[in-house]
Amino acid sequence: MDGNYLLQQMINGVSLGSIYALVAIGFSITYSILRLINFAHGDILMIGSFCALFFLVSLPLPLFLAIAGAMLCAALIGVLVERIAFRPLRSASEEAMLITSLAVSIFIENLGIMTVTAQPRKFAFPQVFSHTYNLGGVSFSNMTLLTVGSAIFLMLALTFFVKRTKLGKAMRACSENIKVARLMGIDINIVIAAAFAIGSALAAVAGIMLGGQYGRIDPLMGFIPGLKAFVAAVIGGIGSIPGAVLGGYALGLFEILLVGLLPVDYSGYRDAFVFLLLIVVLLLRPNGLLGSVEGRKI
Amino acid sequence: MSPARKKIYTVIALAALFIILGVLNNVLSSYHMRLVNLIGINIALVVSLNLTNGFCGVFSLGHAGFMAVGAYVSAILSLPLAKKAVVLPNLPAWLGAIEMNFLASLIIGGLAAALCAFIIGYPVLRLRGHYLAVATLGFLVIVQVVFTQLQDFTRGARGINGLTQYTNVWWVWVFACLTVFIVWRIINSAYGRGMLAIREDDLAAEAMGVNLTLHKLLAFCVGAFFAGAGGSLWGHLITVINPLSFSYDRTFFIVVMSIVGGMNSITGGVAGAAVMTVIPEMLRNLEIGVTIGSFAIPPLYGISQIIMAVVIIIIFITRPKGIVGTREFSWDLLHRKASKQTLEE
Repeated sequence: MDGNYLLQQMINGVSLGSIYALVAIGFSITYSILRLINFAHGDILMIGSFCALFFLVSLPLPLFLAIAGAMLCAALIGVLVERIAFRPLRSASEEAMLITSLAVSIFIENLGIMTVTAQPRKFAFPQVFSHTYNLGGVSFSNMTLLTVGSAIFLMLALTFFVKRTKLGKAMRACSENIKVARLMGIDINIVIAAAFAIGSALAAVAGIMLGGQYGRIDPLMGFIPGLKAFVAAVIGGIGSIPGAVLGGYALGLFEILLVGLLPVDYSGYRDAFVFLLLIVVLLLRPNGLLGSVEGRKI
Repeated sequence: MSPARKKIYTVIALAALFIILGVLNNVLSSYHMRLVNLIGINIALVVSLNLTNGFCGVFSLGHAGFMAVGAYVSAILSLPLAKKAVVLPNLPAWLGAIEMNFLASLIIGGLAAALCAFIIGYPVLRLRGHYLAVATLGFLVIVQVVFTQLQDFTRGARGINGLTQYTNVWWVWVFACLTVFIVWRIINSAYGRGMLAIREDDLAAEAMGVNLTLHKLLAFCVGAFFAGAGGSLWGHLITVINPLSFSYDRTFFIVVMSIVGGMNSITGGVAGAAVMTVIPEMLRNLEIGVTIGSFAIPPLYGISQIIMAVVIIIIFITRPKGIVGTREFSWDLLHRKASKQTLEE
């Protein structure tokens, strides 16, 4: 075990962590406002990657336009899902919303199987992105740079949006207390739609990066990354955006280092360790690393 | 209506049920008989899930995980020795030399699932609401990964095939009736009242002296026992088990059955299981493709799941308590109707 190997694994971990962080932010935003754990979020990621594939291949657009287009499509679908499935359930129990989101997830996945079949599609980025650099025995590709760079850029943009704009302020008010926010004259429907749009757009980027790294995409690709991003959001403290980012990177590093450092026989247990970590975190720090303690009203 | 009379009615109804099943067993094709058996297994699974999710308010998504534990344990224990040597040659010697009868393996499978529920439940049941749901979903993922990786015991992703088809209509329906009976007895006992109190308000229940841990664990473990035994019956009906047979989809569809019928009612569980077993089976025909006259519908893969997903969303929006709601079947219902009729006459 040498330092280079460790460093290499850490770069891979940061790259994976960026993807988790982008998805986890979406989980966190919708949770903080609606108390909704949206399992369909991972499938929005899948939709984003398919939209990008369509834009890249069928009507050849430049990469960045294709990404922007995919973000827009995913945002629209996220808003649509909220309008149809979640808005009628605003006053329902948390479990009812959870199960509904699972239903939406199954709906989207099977619609995907019906329309584009379950066969994985080749998803290749332009040639430049597979170019790799080698710095003192540690290699990383343009793809890694793009993933980490775009994640950081989007997170900064989101921070600016939440801190500096009026809608961002309204969003923070809603996550503080949605009933009072409504009494203060905030149109919560717009805030919730914006939350879904932002979360879905970020998930779309994550989906594209995931597709770019593995080289193929399929209609069921979103469920497991979605679940893991949710774990990341819980580890960081669900409801907090910095928490989601921290949790995403922590989980990415944890997962990659686990696979890299454990004997090969155990690497198959990767997902089990992730969920074991979830259970342990829930027990030791139910509010996550950065989450606020929620008091219980009696 | 007097209790004695109700008891007589119940015995008659049960006898009628089993006579009908006996007739069906001789009349129906093996495909339709399998459907009848699946309804029975699903009734047991859903009613036991209702005990945990509906009556105690411990919202678990781990039911398929417990099914998997029960199915694998009983399959390994009951596999005939000759077959076991071929299918699972790397089992530890003591396990490789065991061949149990089906009933014993079924019960041990259920107990193994209940033991898992105890181990996972003791720490996790402190969580509330959807945190608990997610932790149990995590348990399901862990079970799947472990069963995929433990090649020597489970043959990994290939699964164990060629199980003896022990499960028949009598096993299934006696098991279903037993489950309904036991859950019904639990709910109408002091323990059951405690569970209902926890569901309504756990703080108030604790203040009234209900032991939260004990009651939640009891509901969780009993639910897991029936899930394990049900999983074992399912495995020995289909005769092939692999980790994918017990995935999120299965948990999801058991929860759907429970919600469609009514989570807070045994009758609801039975109704939900029956309805939601038959309808997807009918929809499955759409996936093969149907021709009606000159109008041909091409095969639509995944359409049955899509329709199920839409149904569950619509039911949540329009009837959040399920078809049956919180009502229960009782012989008094018949009696009341009858007396109303006589009054009208």
